[in-house]
Amino acid sequence: MLDPLETCDRLVELVGARAEAEAACSTGRSALTRFANSSIHQNVAEDFLWARLRVSVGGRLASAGTDRPDAGGLERLVERTLAAAQMRAVDPEWPGLAPRAPAPDVSSYDEATHLADPALRAEVVRQFVDAGPGLNGAGFCDSNGSHSAFANSAGQRLVGRSSSATIEAIHRTTTSDGRGWQSSSRLSDIDGAAAGRIAAEKARRGDDLLELEAGRYEVVLEPSCVADMLDFLRDGFNARTYEEGRSFVELGEAQLDPAFTLWDDATDPRAISRGFDAEGTPKRRVDLVTEGVPVALCHDRKTAAKAGTESTGHGFGGDGGGIATNLFVAPGGRTPAELIASVGRGLLVTEFWYTRILDPKTQVVTGLTRNGTFLIEGGRVVGGVPNLRFTQSYVDALRPGNVLGVGDDARLFDGTYHVPTVHLAEWNFTGGAKG
Amino acid sequence: MYDLAEAAVEGALAAGATYADARAMVTGSEGLGARNGVLERLSQNESAGVGVRALIGSSWGFFATPDPSVAAATKAGHEAAAIAKASAVVAGPPVELADVGVAQAHWDSGWQEHPFDVPLSERGDLLVEVTATMKAVDGVGVASGHMHAWDTQKWFVSSQGHRISQHLVECGTSIEATAVGEAETQRRSYGGIGGTWGTRGYEMVRDADLPGHAQRVGEEAVELLSAAECPSGVTDLILGREQLALQIHESVGHAIELDRILGWEAAFAGTSFLDLRELGRFRYGSELMNIVADATLPGALGSFGYDDEGTPAQRVDIVKDGVWVGVLSGRDSAHVAGLPPGGMVRGDGWNRLPMVRMTNVGLLPGESSLDEMIGATDDGVYMETNRSWSIDDKRLNFQFGCERGYEVKNGKLGRLLRNPTYTGITPEFWASLDMLGGADEWVFWGTPNCGKGQPSQYGHTGHPSVPARFRGVRVGVKSR
Repeated sequence: MLDPLETCDRLVELVGARAEAEAACSTGRSALTRFANSSIHQNVAEDFLWARLRVSVGGRLASAGTDRPDAGGLERLVERTLAAAQMRAVDPEWPGLAPRAPAPDVSSYDEATHLADPALRAEVVRQFVDAGPGLNGAGFCDSNGSHSAFANSAGQRLVGRSSSATIEAIHRTTTSDGRGWQSSSRLSDIDGAAAGRIAAEKARRGDDLLELEAGRYEVVLEPSCVADMLDFLRDGFNARTYEEGRSFVELGEAQLDPAFTLWDDATDPRAISRGFDAEGTPKRRVDLVTEGVPVALCHDRKTAAKAGTESTGHGFGGDGGGIATNLFVAPGGRTPAELIASVGRGLLVTEFWYTRILDPKTQVVTGLTRNGTFLIEGGRVVGGVPNLRFTQSYVDALRPGNVLGVGDDARLFDGTYHVPTVHLAEWNFTGGAKG
Repeated sequence: MYDLAEAAVEGALAAGATYADARAMVTGSEGLGARNGVLERLSQNESAGVGVRALIGSSWGFFATPDPSVAAATKAGHEAAAIAKASAVVAGPPVELADVGVAQAHWDSGWQEHPFDVPLSERGDLLVEVTATMKAVDGVGVASGHMHAWDTQKWFVSSQGHRISQHLVECGTSIEATAVGEAETQRRSYGGIGGTWGTRGYEMVRDADLPGHAQRVGEEAVELLSAAECPSGVTDLILGREQLALQIHESVGHAIELDRILGWEAAFAGTSFLDLRELGRFRYGSELMNIVADATLPGALGSFGYDDEGTPAQRVDIVKDGVWVGVLSGRDSAHVAGLPPGGMVRGDGWNRLPMVRMTNVGLLPGESSLDEMIGATDDGVYMETNRSWSIDDKRLNFQFGCERGYEVKNGKLGRLLRNPTYTGITPEFWASLDMLGGADEWVFWGTPNCGKGQPSQYGHTGHPSVPARFRGVRVGVKSR
């Protein structure tokens, strides 16, 4: 495999004085062990290598990529990118290249995870399956590692490494499913048995389903649900969405509950990230919501220049604006058990599924619950209920007064969201599996 | 490139695989995107590599490498076999493959005008022009247009003697206008399901006639901001054909995937409400419902010559006169179910394990028309063009949002409606089908972004469809 930084340097050198150039390159391995019906059925791995080049010929921009950086591939990449740029009109808003600046040392890399043997993933799967005797286990365990680099013709040169490992899986009875998951930068941190026990307990607890009418219910949403909410809400903090009038965010207004505080921070040791964005801008912490008040946006270089500010290091090397990649919700002081204990009648939800948004401004989303939905009565979980459909504005769900509690159990989900359990006064369920 | 695929297969067999196959691939893609009269995105990508699948016991092992050398391909074969062996720690029943004929062949999709031969400047200028036209409409906040083209060459070799090369050209385009109001945004698009897509050349883009639609799309987006909110209730629903295409994709196409039915996708994509024991008996919908999966339709996005297991493309009945009669399958899943393999296994590039994917899963036309449906409806809603879609993990409970709707009163279109939504349960919904558009309204829609699998894969699928009427459907689902 080629060295990523050498590859970036070579691309910048090949462009030479013909254009401003920024190059990114990444190499690594992704491996994933998949199981269903309690046995491994698909077990895959790939070595990857890609290089991307963006050029500006006097503000005429083009980008191209390849995974063929040898045998003349880099030369072809440069020539076709430059040729494509000639076809473009000058972009009057081109902000220029990122200047030289050091990036923070983000240490979320573990070589053992990067190079993990398939036997290690199989062992995590075995632990998960064994934790649910008599149940039907399905899911995956993955391990990934990459070396990446960035260089531009303004002299910015950066390297980064990252790794990640996850188990996400369910145990099933004939009538119910339960989910367990863990995520870390190190495969050795992943406890398949612990995830399996949680999944098995949820599956068994929901085996005898109670009927429930659609309607508004108090809810306790587990971290994966909160992550799903942030997946939609984060676009509102994209400076481009905001500038175009499509964002729900009203900076400085008390839009959300004071219990809700949100920030983005790739430099936090708990994050899985690298120290710079696709434009070569160093990452830094950005406070997005402070006690219910939206206070800032995520910028790339272009939106920052238009707004008269600096990039926050959230660029993706295109015109998509600034997108948060390492979100943290401030934890509260109560355990999930205490949140459940404070519910008179409501629902405990493990996971949302197939959520889709109708309008980014109202943030009205429809979706379903999955892999463990439980009725709470008198502060106790009394049984499982079938999956329910909801139609709910995610902004409205966090409105002042609707957040009754935030858990102390914040943890990393999907490599992007560090989120706790939340307790909301109401959530709009509009149907179930029967309509 | 055959030499790479052969080396990979030999490497896997030498390392203990009982069966192996490999695909060497060279792909090129180009994407253009314009916004508000400015060409913003012009990206090109080329990719090449080999992916090898090794079968040992109860598991597939798969390894992919971008290194285009025989030595690397051989090593990839070894790795695939080693990965498959590691699965034995959590073993299941041995995988067996349904028989297929051994083919040695070449197939290409055919095209009139290769998209890459059309100057980038011409393609870019078209998007600049149509987005400027839409943006010039008073009230349009964002106008965007996109175009994408793929050129895929692949060489398939199996340990059973398959040796198949294919060359596919696919492309498509879309335009969209967003009007920004005080409290919400409204969107109007043209093209179909996020665009018009096919296994065709640039002639597809020319046929779409974007300039002929841009002004209308902009005006219709703005018009929606002041339209009446879609009322809530149970009523007769007439769906435009492009919306029905997505309805087919979500509530039929995924439900009939045999890997889902067998539980192989349970943790992620989900399972299916269908039970194999009911195949040939289960009533999926009304007698007007006839669904086929046909990978041989010329120009449709889910067409090809051979799937990624070397099985020839074919036409399979899925629902006949309302009764469920077929599934989407591959060699391993078909063997488990005791069915003939459907030739429906494809991988998203050289670095993804092939899996069961939709081909062209579509509705055969009926004998009515959209005009006749409206004329025959006393009280109902007409909806067109998808805006959002959601369905449960068994493909039973769905809720769709459309870009716009109209009241239908006494056989005529009435008020324009914004935020139209409808929801239902799959077999109940299809049972309520009572009018179906005819052959002259039959269009091959496509979706280039069907997600499935872990690691994630995108599939290109086709969905022939016509307008249709459904009785007694719940519409206007509200958040408050």
